[in-house]
Amino acid sequence: MAILEVKDLSINFGGLKAVDQFEISVEDNELVGLIGPNGAGKTTIFNLLTGVYTPTEGSIYLNGVDTKGHKPNEIVMLGSSRTFQNIRLFKNMSVLNNLKIAYHNRMTYGFFASILNTRKYKDEEAIADQVAIDLLKVFDLDGFKDELAKNLPYGKQRKLEIARALATNPSILLLDEPAAGMNPQETEELMETIKLLKTKFKISILLIEHDMKLVMGICERIVVIDYGKIIAKGKPSEIRRNPDVIKAYLGE
Amino acid sequence: MKHNIEKIRRALYGPTLINYIVVAVIFIILFTLVSTGAVNRYISNLMILVLVMIIMSTSLNVATGFLGQLHLGHAAFMGIGAYTASLIAIGLEDAIANGFVLFLVSTAGAIVTAGVAGLIIGAPALRLRGDYLGIMTLGFGEMVKTIITNLKGLTNGAQGLYGIPRIMTFPIAFWTTVVVVTLIFLFMNSRHGRAILSIREDEIASESVGINITRYKLTGFVVASMFAGVGGSIFAFSIGFIAPTTFNFLKSVEIFVIVVLGGMGSLSGSIVASIVLVAMPELLRDFSQYRYLLYSTLLIIIMLFRPQGLMGTKEFNIPRLFKRIFGVYKEPSSKGSDS
Repeated sequence: MAILEVKDLSINFGGLKAVDQFEISVEDNELVGLIGPNGAGKTTIFNLLTGVYTPTEGSIYLNGVDTKGHKPNEIVMLGSSRTFQNIRLFKNMSVLNNLKIAYHNRMTYGFFASILNTRKYKDEEAIADQVAIDLLKVFDLDGFKDELAKNLPYGKQRKLEIARALATNPSILLLDEPAAGMNPQETEELMETIKLLKTKFKISILLIEHDMKLVMGICERIVVIDYGKIIAKGKPSEIRRNPDVIKAYLGE
Repeated sequence: MKHNIEKIRRALYGPTLINYIVVAVIFIILFTLVSTGAVNRYISNLMILVLVMIIMSTSLNVATGFLGQLHLGHAAFMGIGAYTASLIAIGLEDAIANGFVLFLVSTAGAIVTAGVAGLIIGAPALRLRGDYLGIMTLGFGEMVKTIITNLKGLTNGAQGLYGIPRIMTFPIAFWTTVVVVTLIFLFMNSRHGRAILSIREDEIASESVGINITRYKLTGFVVASMFAGVGGSIFAFSIGFIAPTTFNFLKSVEIFVIVVLGGMGSLSGSIVASIVLVAMPELLRDFSQYRYLLYSTLLIIIMLFRPQGLMGTKEFNIPRLFKRIFGVYKEPSSKGSDS
C-alpha cells in the first residue's frame, strides 16, 4: 500500500488554478522529487498535503486514511511531517526543546501529572530527552542541545528542522527546498543526510528542490510540474532528456 | 539506555530541597517581623498586596509572556474572583468558623468562575491576533466592570461590597502565593507548557509538529484566568471591601506593566517587578508627589536599558546561585542523597 496517495488534486484561488489535477503516489521507503520553475505550485501542493489549504477537489490518502476534514496538527498524527522553505524553528528555545515539542503527542501525561511531579511525568520526560538526544546525534547536533535554536549556523538550523520533523515519528517526510541558501559543501552534506534518513529511519521522502544536482543525485523518481499541472514524471535520467521539462525551464 | 534515563530523570528541573529551604527561610523572617509587631499593620498589609500582585503578574505572564498574547483585561478576572470569593464567604461565614477553610472554599469558587469566564471570553477572542486581541480583552474588562456595577442585588452595585470577612493573614497569603507560583512553574516545564511556548515562537511551525494550537491557546488563557481568581480572592479578604472600579482598565495595565518590566516569560522577573513596583510607591510616601515622578522615570530607564525586562526570559535559579556564592553545588538528586 502506498504511504501517500493523491488523486485529482486541484485548488483554485479565485479564478487562478494554482494546482490542477495533480496526482502522486509515494511507496514505502521511496524518495520522490517534486520540481518545477518558480511559481509552479510546488509549495501550494505541500500546503494541501499538510492541511494548511483545503483542496477544491481531489483526495489525499495518508497511510490509507483520507485527510479530508483533518486539521494540520491531526494530519501530522496520521504520519506526515514537513519542513519549511524559510526555516521555521522555535528560535528562542533550546535545540533539545525544539525536538521535545515535536515529541509532544507521543507523551501521555496530563495536566495534573505535571503539576504534581509524578513518576509518570518524570519518566516520560526522561524518555523524551533520551529520544531527542539520540535524534540529535544522528544529525551531529547533540553538542548543541542547550544552545538556543537561533544561535545555530544556517546549515545546522536546516538539519535541526529536519530532526524536529522526524521527532513526530512520520512515515513520510515532506522537505520544502532543504538546500535553499546552502553553499555547495553544505548541499553535499545535506545529500548525505537525506540518504542516511532513508536507510536509517526507513521512511518515505517527498522533496521539493531547485538544486538539480541534489535532485538528480538522490531521487528515485521525479515529478515535474508547471503552472500547477504535471508535465513529466519518471526516473532522473528520463527527466533530464524530456523536451517538455527543458522547455519549461529554459523556454522555447 | 535504562541507566541514562535514570540519570536524566534525576537531573530534571523541578522543585529541589534547596528551593524549599530558601522559601521557608524567607517566610520565617517575614513572619517573625509581622507577628512580633516589628513592622506595623500598614507594612504587613502592604506585603499582602505585593503577594497579590505576584499572583496577578505571574498568572498574566502565562497568557502574555509564555503564550505571547496581548491581554489587557486581566484585572477583570481578578474582579470576578474577588466578587465570587466574597459572596461565598459572606454566605458561609456563619456555617464555617475556621477562616482558612472558609478561604479555601471561597477561593475554589473564585477559581471556577474566573476559569469559566476565561473559557467564555477566550474561545472567540483567541481567534484574533496581537493588537486586535488586546482591544477585545480591554473591552471585555470594561464589560465585566459594568455588569458587576449593574447586578445591584448581588454585588451592591457601584457602592461596592462591604462586610467581607477579613480572614486573610500573612501566612495564608504567603503560602497560597508559593503554591500558585510553583504550580505555574511546574506547568510551564511540562509538555503542556512547552506547547504553549511553541505557539509564542511560531504558530505555523507549532501546528506542523502536531500541536493543537486552538486547544493550547485556550488552555494558557484559562490557566491565567483561574489564578487571577485566586489573586482576587486574597485581595478581597485582606481589604474587606471591593468596588467595581478597583478592577478597571488601569489595574489591568498596572499588572501588564509589571509583566513587561519583569521580563515576558520569566516568573522570577514578575516576582521581582511586583515587589519593586508595588512596594516602592508606598515606601516613597515621604517624597509626596515626587514619588510618581521617580516611578515613571524608573519605568523609562528600565525600558531603555533592558527592553527585554529585568530578567528577560531567564529564571532565578537558587541552586545555581548557591554554587556561585559558596563554590559547592551538588546535582539535585531524586531520593535521599540531598542531605
